[in-house]
Amino acid sequence: MMKCIRRMPDSAAASEGRRRALRQAAGLLLAGLAAPVRAQSAGATIRIGTTAVILNDQVSFLDEWARYLRTQIRRPVAFVHRNSYREITELLLGDKLDFAWVCGYPYVRHRQAMRLLAVPLYQRRPLYRSYLIVASSDPRSSSFADLKGRIFAYSDPNSNSGYLVPQYEMLRAGLDPLALFQKSFFTYAHGKVVAAVAKGIAHGGAVDGYVWETLSLRNPELTRRTRIAAKSDEYGFPPLVARRSIDEAEFRGMQRVLTGMPDNPAGRSLLKQLNLDGFALPEERLFDGISKILAYVSTRQRLVS
Amino acid sequence: MSSAVTRLSYRYKVPLSLSVVIIITATVLSAVLGWQAYRDLRGGLIAGAEGLGRTLSRALLPSLLNDEVWSAYETIMAPLEGVEDGALPQKTITVLDAKGVVFVSSHPNEFPLLAPLASIGPGYAQLHHVIMTQTPHSPEQFEDRIKDRILVAVPILADDGTHLGTVLLTYSESLFLPNFYASLKRVIVSTLSVLLVLVPLGWSIGRRMAVPLTRLTEAMAQIGSAPRAQLTKKLYRGNDEIGQLGRQFERMLDELEEKQNMEKQMIAADRLAAIGRLTAGIAHEINNPLGGMINTINTFKHHQNPDPEVTQRTISLLDRGLAQIRDTVAALLVEARMESHALSPDDVDDIRMLVEAQVTEREVRLDWDSELSEPLPLPSTPVRQILINLLLNAVQAAGQSGTVGCRLHCDNRLLVLDIRNDGETIPPAVLEHLFEPFSFPGESRRGLGLWVTYQIVQQLKGRIEVSSAHAETRFIVKLPLPENV
Repeated sequence: MMKCIRRMPDSAAASEGRRRALRQAAGLLLAGLAAPVRAQSAGATIRIGTTAVILNDQVSFLDEWARYLRTQIRRPVAFVHRNSYREITELLLGDKLDFAWVCGYPYVRHRQAMRLLAVPLYQRRPLYRSYLIVASSDPRSSSFADLKGRIFAYSDPNSNSGYLVPQYEMLRAGLDPLALFQKSFFTYAHGKVVAAVAKGIAHGGAVDGYVWETLSLRNPELTRRTRIAAKSDEYGFPPLVARRSIDEAEFRGMQRVLTGMPDNPAGRSLLKQLNLDGFALPEERLFDGISKILAYVSTRQRLVS
Repeated sequence: MSSAVTRLSYRYKVPLSLSVVIIITATVLSAVLGWQAYRDLRGGLIAGAEGLGRTLSRALLPSLLNDEVWSAYETIMAPLEGVEDGALPQKTITVLDAKGVVFVSSHPNEFPLLAPLASIGPGYAQLHHVIMTQTPHSPEQFEDRIKDRILVAVPILADDGTHLGTVLLTYSESLFLPNFYASLKRVIVSTLSVLLVLVPLGWSIGRRMAVPLTRLTEAMAQIGSAPRAQLTKKLYRGNDEIGQLGRQFERMLDELEEKQNMEKQMIAADRLAAIGRLTAGIAHEINNPLGGMINTINTFKHHQNPDPEVTQRTISLLDRGLAQIRDTVAALLVEARMESHALSPDDVDDIRMLVEAQVTEREVRLDWDSELSEPLPLPSTPVRQILINLLLNAVQAAGQSGTVGCRLHCDNRLLVLDIRNDGETIPPAVLEHLFEPFSFPGESRRGLGLWVTYQIVQQLKGRIEVSSAHAETRFIVKLPLPENV
């Protein structure tokens, strides 16, 4: 889930990426837009932006979640799926979305345009780590230095755990992230980083620890083919944010519904599918860690995005 | 093999040949169909690979342009979804960059990323060379084969024709082998079912074709033992070769019948001629003394009161004439005296002594070889007579200073007398009538010697054979020894 902006504003690749995103999202969009026109709820549709969630059946999951939120808020709710945080962020900045689930890294970069709504609780805490994973057939590697000259998979250039943290770790260890690997590439999803390492496309990868752990419950065959070589420090979990111009009542309403999910059987079921314990009201300083490493990294290296 | 083939009846040979031809035809057809199926399946596989390669080469263009490994990986993995991989992957898709280095592969263990294709394994160096020299200039795909894999390479070209890389697909031959075996099985099953119909059909047609021939053969085998009508009753009547053979056979039967009739007539004529000759001989032999006696009686009648001397002379003349006639008749009525003692080696020695005088007189060389060492259960008198007759004949025939051979031996419960001379060869015409009495008027013993010999041999239940050729005339007499002795 939660990945940040894609680069390459022009070029064929961008249009290709957009096409792919459209393909993937088309069904979802139609479902999301058409469904809420059901009676009882009045007012405009609440639009929530999201990127690839780790779940395989994310379409049905988001349908179910939208249904749940609609029942709770008594307003039509639609999830707007995009392939990257860049697109979600742009939509949010353009007031095309009411809420969005983004990564901590784009949040700290666009703090002025976003308002923290809620932060997920993973293992009862709003924190997570970045994992350095290698293939399980590689029993020795335990740090970035061990992967010198190999092939490395990042998840997304706008991901904290999948890009910013590994950059920081390497710089802190005195390594040059641009020269360390023979080749590196982006998969634009944490799950795909796991797949790339598991299938031998990459020798190592940086992945959201929460995603890896959840995958190990849902798809243990895949994660079994990878091994956690190192874990980073804890950082603020990717939060849900609202556009700055959001109506206060609407903001509070959504906050109430999200934090109240554990109290409702249907909400608990949805949380269970997300492998989360609930949503908490956020604190700004939760993301100070990310701000700090972003500052550290950007003074030493030009970041990809 | 060939003897077995020649021994085999046409009743089996024709249907067997037809069946063999049918089976060979069916087998060749199945082989051709099987080969065709192999070609088609393999061709289909390659065509499929080429189509997939072309599709992928378009889809991979942006990933390759933007160096997006993962997106390229997802693109090439899409067509491989659900493909089960064993030890050897059935399908692999690998993307090479413009330098022939692995950009991404569905099977990175086999085609590690960033490895030059040439380093993958034996055979790939050549492939690498071909790809690097060929694909940049040709939008055509080509196929190759490494181990049990079919390889298809399709170039990835930018819109302006720049060579960006190559899609390399490898298909295991095991991918189409199961299909091929299934096709082969279908071909074999249908061939077998066709054979199941055709072979019995061919067999029965073959049987029917052979029937006229076997009937003809059976008819021929029955010649002489079955009536003619029965022989020709079942014959096949047609205008082909076997029908013609049947008609020829009937014509042959006709001719055979005619010949048999002619032979019968000839035998009858021969018999009549022999009787004529015999009658003439007897008449001649009796006429001579008869004439003499009639003259004597006439002369006697002219004498008035013949004195006893004349009477005595007349009676003596008549007596001698009658004796001559009696001798002649007696000679004709040969009767072996069986009451004589058993033949002993002494008898043989006697005979040798008896002929010795003649032999010496004529200066004939006599080769004598008798294996007789003990008495044989055969009457001595007739055997002695046979031996004397044949020996005297031989001495006579051998002429001055000739050679006569005489050999006696026991062979297989037979006494064999083998007498030969090197005198003049007997002409075949004479040989035919050799044993007939009075055949050669003027000869000594009035030509009765061989007749008598023949009769005695007959009475002893033996056989006499004569041959005369190349200055050797030979008589062989075989006398069976009585078994109860």
